[in-house]
Amino acid sequence: MTRRLDLPAVEWRRVSPKYVLVDVVSTLVLTIGLVIASSIPALVSRVTLWWILPAVVLVIMILVIAFVPRRVRSIGYQLRDDDLLFRRGLLFQRFVAVPYGRMQLIDITRGPVSRVLGLSDLHFVTAAASSSVQIPGLLVADAEELRDRLVALAETRRAGL
Amino acid sequence: MRDDPPEGDPIEDLLPPGAVLATRLADGEWHRLHPATPLLRGGIVVIALAGYFISQARQQLIDLFFGAPHAHDDGDPFLFLTRDGRLPLALLGIAAILIVIVVIFYLSWRVHTFRITDEVVEVRSGLIRRSLRKGRLDRIQGINIVRPFFARLFGAARLEIDVAGHDANVRLDYLSSSNADGLRRDILRLASGTKHAEQASTAPDSRGFVEQRVAEFIAPELDPSFAPPESVVRVHVGRLVGSIFLHDTTFTLLLLIALAAAASAALGTLEIVIYFLVPFALALGSFLFRRFTKSIRYSIASTPDGVRVGFGLLTLSNETLPPGRIHSVQVRQPILWRAPGWWEIKVNRASKSNAKGADAQRNTTILPVGNLDDVLRVLALLLPNTSPESTETLRRGIVGTGPEGGFTNSPRRAVVVRPFAFRRNGFAEIPGVVLLRAGGIWRHLTMVPEARAQSIGVSQGPIYRALRLARVHVHTVNGPIRAELGGLDRDVALRFFGTVSLEVVSAVSTDATHRWRAGGSAA
Repeated sequence: MTRRLDLPAVEWRRVSPKYVLVDVVSTLVLTIGLVIASSIPALVSRVTLWWILPAVVLVIMILVIAFVPRRVRSIGYQLRDDDLLFRRGLLFQRFVAVPYGRMQLIDITRGPVSRVLGLSDLHFVTAAASSSVQIPGLLVADAEELRDRLVALAETRRAGL
Repeated sequence: MRDDPPEGDPIEDLLPPGAVLATRLADGEWHRLHPATPLLRGGIVVIALAGYFISQARQQLIDLFFGAPHAHDDGDPFLFLTRDGRLPLALLGIAAILIVIVVIFYLSWRVHTFRITDEVVEVRSGLIRRSLRKGRLDRIQGINIVRPFFARLFGAARLEIDVAGHDANVRLDYLSSSNADGLRRDILRLASGTKHAEQASTAPDSRGFVEQRVAEFIAPELDPSFAPPESVVRVHVGRLVGSIFLHDTTFTLLLLIALAAAASAALGTLEIVIYFLVPFALALGSFLFRRFTKSIRYSIASTPDGVRVGFGLLTLSNETLPPGRIHSVQVRQPILWRAPGWWEIKVNRASKSNAKGADAQRNTTILPVGNLDDVLRVLALLLPNTSPESTETLRRGIVGTGPEGGFTNSPRRAVVVRPFAFRRNGFAEIPGVVLLRAGGIWRHLTMVPEARAQSIGVSQGPIYRALRLARVHVHTVNGPIRAELGGLDRDVALRFFGTVSLEVVSAVSTDATHRWRAGGSAA
C-alpha cells in the first residue's frame, strides 16, 4: 500500500543532473542570508541563548541541502498526446497536467550559475497563475527545442481562455 | 467560411443586403463620443473648484447682501481681489483661463475617437501624448454599461468593454444612453460570430426631448425591449439589509469596534478610540454603503448573448457576460446566513476579477443574496447545459452531505484534517462541470466548467502522506475562488486527476464559445 503519489505507466523525462549544483548554490546563498538574519537577536542582546536560533536554522538548511540531489531527481515532465505532464517535490509532491491549448506564453530564463553550466529554465504560462509549471535545469538546446515543440503543439490545439 | 477581412474595412460591405446594425457607430469608421464627455469626465474637478470658490466667496457674498462691515484678514485672496478695483482684471483673467480650458476640452474631445470593426474595438485619445487602445472582439469577457449619477442627468452612459487580462478594459465614456445600448448590441452581435445581422427595429422616438430624458432617467435598465426584463431573482430590500448586517465582514468589524470601545473604557484613554475605533467605523461604513449600493435594484436575466446583471441606486450598472466567460462559480454561505437559509454566488472571470476595492464586488459577486431556489435558478444561467438531474446534483452539492447525488467523499480518516466537514467534503461531476463540495461550518460549493479549466493538479504534503490522503486542484484564472479540495483518498485523488485531465482536454478542443453564435448561423 503506497502512500506517496505516483502515476503508473508514465515515462518521466528528468532534468539535467548539473542542475543539482545550481540548486545547491542558490540554497547556500539563502542559508547565509538566513543565518545572518537569525543571528541579529544574539548580536544585539548579547545573550548566549539566542545563538540557538541560527544554529537551528543552520541544521535545517544543511538537511535541505543534503536532500537537493533527490529533490532535483524528483522533477520530471512528459509530453503526452494532448497535455504536458509535470511533477516536482519530495516532501511536498505536486503533479500538474496542462492541455497544450492553454499555453499563453513560454518563458526561458537563465540565472548566473545556470549560464555558466549551460542550463536554462522553462516556464509554461497559462491564464491561471496557480498552474505554475516551471521546468528548471534543461540544457539550452533542449529548452529551445522543447519551447518550439510546445509552441507548435499549442498552435495546432489552439483554444480560447 | 469566408476569409476574415483585414481590420479597418467598413463592415457594411460584408453584411448581406438588408442587414442593419442598431446604431451607425459600429460601421468600422472613427466616431466621436458624447459632446458632454469632457464635462462629465472632469465633472468631479469642476464641482470641487466651484465648491472651493463658493466656500471662499461665501463671506463676501453675505457681506454684499447684508452690508456688514469689512472685518477680515488681509491674507484673504478673495478680499484682496475685490479691493481697489482689481476685480475687473481678475474677472478677465478667470475668463481667459476658462476659455483656455474650454478650448483644451474641445480639442481633446475632437481627438478622442473610437471605431469598431468586426475584429477589434479601438479607442484613440490624447492631445499631446497619443494613446491607442485595442481590444479583440473574440476575447471580450463582458460589456458593461455604467450610468453615473451626473452622466444620467445628461442622458449619457459609459460603455466598458472588458477584454481578458488585468486592467485590459476599453472604455467608451461617454455615449448617449440609447447609443450605448445599441452599440452594446452591435458589438455583441459582431463578437458572437453571427454573419447575418438581424433586422434591427429602430423606430424613431417620437417623444419630446424632456420626456425622453425623464424616461431614460427613470428606466432601471436601458432599452427594456431588448432583453426579457424578467429577472429570475428578486432581492427584497428587507432581505438585502438583513443579509448585509448578518454578513461575516459586518460581524467581524462590529466585534472589533466593540473590543476597541471596551478597551478604551477600561483604560480610560481616548487614544485607542482615535487609533482603532475610527478606522474600524469608517471601514464598516464604507463596506455597508458599498455592499448596499452594489446590490440594490439587482436583476439577473438571460439574453441570447449571455447573462445580464444589473444593479445600482444612483450609479446604474448593467453588464452582459457572453457565454463561456465565467471561469468558476462558487456558492457560499457566511455562517450567520445559515438560519435564514441565504447564499451568495461569486464567480472568477478572466478580466478585472482581481481588481481591489470598490470594483471587486461588482466584478465577482453575481448574486448578492438569495435562497436555495434563487441560487439554483441563477446557476442554471451561469453553467452550460444544466438539466433536471444536474440541478438535483447541484442541490445536493449546496446543502447535502454523504454520497447521494453522485458525490465521492473523503474517507473516515480524513476526520483528522477535516474535523467538521469530512462527511460533506467531496466532489461530483455533471456534464461538462466539476463540482467541489466543502466546508462544514462555512459551507461552499465550487463549480468549474471543464472547458474553462486551465490545468489540473494533485498534491500531497507530509501529513497527508501519513494519512494516505491527497489534495486535488482545478486551476482557474485569478479571482476570489480557488478551486481545490483536500482530504481525499490518495487513490481517488489520482483517479480524479487522470479522468478530469482527459475530460478537460476534450472539453477544450470542442469548446467554441469565443464565437458563441457562429455555429448556428454558419449552418
